[in-house]
Amino acid sequence: MSQILQVENLSVQFHTYTGTIQAVRDISFGIRENKVTAIVGESGCGKSVTSKAVMGLIQKPGVISKESKIFFKGEDILGYTEKQWEDYRGQKCSIVFQDALTALNPTMDIGRQITEKIRVHRRVNRQEAWQEGIRMLEQVGIPGAAMRMRQYPHEFSGGMRQRVMIAIALTLHPQLLIADEPTTALDVTIQADILDMMKEIQREQGMTIILITHDLGIVANFAQDIIVMYAGKVVEKGSAEDIFYHPAHPYTEALLRAVPRLDISGGQLETIEGAPPNMADPPAGCPFADRCKKKRPVCGTGFPGEAEIAEGHQVCCWLYMDDGGGSGDGR
Amino acid sequence: MVDNTDCLLEVQGLKKYFKVGKKKMLRAVDDVSFYIRKGETLGVVGESGCGKTTCGRTCLGIYDKTGGQVTYRGEDVHGMDKERRRRFTEQAQIIFQDPYASLDPKMKIQEIVAEGIRAHKMAEDEADIKKRVEGLLSTVGLDPAYGSRYVHEFSGGQRQRIGIARALAVEPEFIVCDEPISALDVSIQAQIVNLLKRLQKEKELTYMFIAHDLSMVKHISDRVMVMYLGKVMEITTADQLYDHPAHPYTQALLSAIPIPDPRVEAGKVRIRMEGEIPSPVDPPEGCRFQNRCPYAEKKCREETPVLEKIGEGHFAACHRCG
Repeated sequence: MSQILQVENLSVQFHTYTGTIQAVRDISFGIRENKVTAIVGESGCGKSVTSKAVMGLIQKPGVISKESKIFFKGEDILGYTEKQWEDYRGQKCSIVFQDALTALNPTMDIGRQITEKIRVHRRVNRQEAWQEGIRMLEQVGIPGAAMRMRQYPHEFSGGMRQRVMIAIALTLHPQLLIADEPTTALDVTIQADILDMMKEIQREQGMTIILITHDLGIVANFAQDIIVMYAGKVVEKGSAEDIFYHPAHPYTEALLRAVPRLDISGGQLETIEGAPPNMADPPAGCPFADRCKKKRPVCGTGFPGEAEIAEGHQVCCWLYMDDGGGSGDGR
Repeated sequence: MVDNTDCLLEVQGLKKYFKVGKKKMLRAVDDVSFYIRKGETLGVVGESGCGKTTCGRTCLGIYDKTGGQVTYRGEDVHGMDKERRRRFTEQAQIIFQDPYASLDPKMKIQEIVAEGIRAHKMAEDEADIKKRVEGLLSTVGLDPAYGSRYVHEFSGGQRQRIGIARALAVEPEFIVCDEPISALDVSIQAQIVNLLKRLQKEKELTYMFIAHDLSMVKHISDRVMVMYLGKVMEITTADQLYDHPAHPYTQALLSAIPIPDPRVEAGKVRIRMEGEIPSPVDPPEGCRFQNRCPYAEKKCREETPVLEKIGEGHFAACHRCG
């Protein structure tokens, strides 16, 4: 399976008054084409910053380090000119943000917000663009699309607004769609509807999706591949099967045990004590070490390298390093 | 509906309407009846706008009621005189959803926690207050030395612990937890839920746990009440609700929750609801759920079903379940 996106040694820093926040620290991963890959992690782990870097949306005070490389279908996008970025965004890669109310322009009707992009990128007249806009709204399941085109964002419910966001992201038929917490602000029933809709479009159009989320339930429902991030680092990568049934990193394991399940009763929830480290001054060693139940002296010495414990399943943990003295009870 | 004497809070036909615009009424809570036994946790779930928060606040007398009655230990919450009301606020407390908005940024932690102790004159002198505050902070898992700091120095999880310490300061027996974990990260949620469970055991607390995360509600609750558009749809024990949901709305709601297990997810069948939740200003006639219910028939559109007993400790408001 070919990879549509390769991220190599990506680092993103934000220079602020309180110090330099190292939001993403030297991460590498690939995204398989026509698959759904979930990037999972808690607030501040760098998942949204990663997606913004892929979209070329890192702005001052954010800086992408010189060693960082992002290849989209073999092309190094970090070397793009502003003109090339404009062609890339929307047509090759598009993003859906979490909060549709702030992402949409409250002073423009939905029709104009959808057709704006079509008119800029394609040689079509206003009517054709308008028809295309209606078609897009219909595709994302908005009833009465022709009438809805004339309405403003405040006239839509949260779920409908998120559908509009998705319609806008899809208008130019991007090959890669990044969905950054697309359903976090929504009720579960609306969330389920939107996920079903996205799944259907993904299957029909053979699109690649990167899903950014903290909800493991959504991941289980939607993703084939999973990337687990913690404190600006990728700590584990693998298929959904690998991550859910054979989690290797202690953080992944703990995270899976910290969520209650609807289909299983009782028991005490396992907690991960403490809190993630301060990203202005991240620890030299494994960032999870202070909260880890399997901590050893070696964990504080440096960030562990990547160990491949099964095909396509990689983990960054000293337990799996030869010089870590760990037996590595992977599989 | 209740015949047990160990009942702490009893709610009968409670209504809370808000005026919106001209002559329009938003029926946030509309004829709701339930009870909470001493020492148990009643989970209240439902989607945004179902009235769960309004219900919790009206039970505490924070909001005036429009109709019905809330009795706490046999006493009408909304008919108390000043002195009795003061004593009631000693017994019943609330933990708010947003730990960023519900703590005063200009106050030190020790002042926030001590406010209730001072208001209720529970301490003898300053030294006693200090001792109590330190004790409360360590009870909720914070370093007692944090008392001299300000709110902005703390993370979301720590702030929620401060909110819990503040609620515990007056030694209440009943706490309304209004979405206490929904603003927190997964790993922190488990910490707070385990803390709440521990405190309940140690201090014999009674909780009304309001949330939209049904997995967490199932985990913490003894009984669960499902609300939709200001009405109670179903009340039963947590296990019964999840294993044998009776109301079509409960069934649809449960089937929408993603389970963190790909194999389970792959085999799951979802019950779809038509459209979106209607406005509580203009709810549908008859059963509130009829226009989205896959089983709705003529009777559902004409007659509002009442909450009826359908099994041992199991109540549902549905014509089909009767």
